[in-house]
Amino acid sequence: MNVFDIAYEYRNFFLSGLKYTLLLAVLGVFFGFVLGIIVSLLRMSKLWILRFIATAWVEFLRGTPMLVQLFLIHYGLPEFGLEFTPIQSGAITLTINSSAYLAEIFRAGIQGVDRGQVEAARSLGMRQGMTMRYIVLPQAIKNVLPAIGNEFITIIKESSIVSMIGVADLLFEARSVTTITYEGLNPLIVIAVMYFVLTFTLSKVLGILERRLNTDDRR
Amino acid sequence: MIAVNNLHKSFGKLDILKGIDLQIHKGEVVVVIGPSGSGKSTFLRCLNLLEQPTGGEITFEGESITGKKHDINVTREKMGMVFQQFNLFPHKTVLQNIMLAPLKVKKQQASEAEKIALELLQTVGLADKRDAYPAQLSGGQKQRIAIARALAMQPHVMLFDEPTSALDPEMVGEVLEVMKKLAEDGMTMVIVTHEMGFAREVGDRILFMDGGVIVEQGDPSQVFGNPQHARTKDFLSKVL
Repeated sequence: MNVFDIAYEYRNFFLSGLKYTLLLAVLGVFFGFVLGIIVSLLRMSKLWILRFIATAWVEFLRGTPMLVQLFLIHYGLPEFGLEFTPIQSGAITLTINSSAYLAEIFRAGIQGVDRGQVEAARSLGMRQGMTMRYIVLPQAIKNVLPAIGNEFITIIKESSIVSMIGVADLLFEARSVTTITYEGLNPLIVIAVMYFVLTFTLSKVLGILERRLNTDDRR
Repeated sequence: MIAVNNLHKSFGKLDILKGIDLQIHKGEVVVVIGPSGSGKSTFLRCLNLLEQPTGGEITFEGESITGKKHDINVTREKMGMVFQQFNLFPHKTVLQNIMLAPLKVKKQQASEAEKIALELLQTVGLADKRDAYPAQLSGGQKQRIAIARALAMQPHVMLFDEPTSALDPEMVGEVLEVMKKLAEDGMTMVIVTHEMGFAREVGDRILFMDGGVIVEQGDPSQVFGNPQHARTKDFLSKVL
């Protein structure tokens, strides 16, 4: 069977895998984004203990393989009575891992915003939290949008590790098709193209978003 | 209105302010002049605690603002500040720049905030720029918007930190004009500037600072016409 026959014949396998890959990527991106902002703010906290926890979080998650983190959560935590379904474990791993990378990106963005912006906001009576929300974060996120896009793309691709604990994502389904058809290469080509379409679309969408956010800088 | 008592500020081992005493009265226009590094900007930034003083006391409308328990945010609502680098919010339109603090800090109704903002735009002569972004404005226009933004909080005093120093020469006039109008309307103002002509014309009182202290002060004709101290004479001979 050629690659097109495989893609067509086993379309239900691939579409079902796509569903799980997308679900995990969306969960990882969304919660990773929220958690990343929180971690980056903690890293700049005035309290050393919060700074320490956030720094340890980032360093540990960046310094260990994501696959090891996934196994620790899925096979390690049950030893302490915390059991998750494969999808839950996958979502948690992607979330915490991307939160570490995104936190560093946000921190760079926040520190890149001109100090005068904070001073202007504070001089108008805006409190620290308000200043962060209305003045600093919007500018910071705009400045680091390309880096955030990279991280989102990474999450989509790296989500494939969840096949190792039995989540039926794209990679898992490709291997199922291989088992049925004895075709080693073609199913992998099909999902490679699918991954590429996902990431390429995302990168184009982010490009459009970037240009729109830049309109206020035009001269 | 503002009383400064033995104000000190140091950055590490570097002493910038070495004991400033000053009373500023309601409606008064105080202009601070002096060579670079004399501490005049630091002094101004201490008045709304953008710089935390290392010693001394500041009271505003009878209340100590340097005490640990004081909530400086409440005081800052009543103290407008204009910066050398304008510091407009680049991601917001002119109107949004002006309305943000009244909406979020004062919790004004949107309709009321917009009415005040449009009046202020009229005052600074930029009503047609309401929907422009800061990047589309000239330096002089930016600074006039920054003044309008500070005024939108209806402050009791306005602090100006070298408001014309970052401007091309042909735009200095339009900003000074707005400030002059403000002074004529009775606004209490503290202005750090290098514009000696303006200081002389608009100031009720001139402070000459050097080396972290107020060397000399008095009304403009006295300080400019008949300076008492050698350092004042020396400075004025260089800038006039």
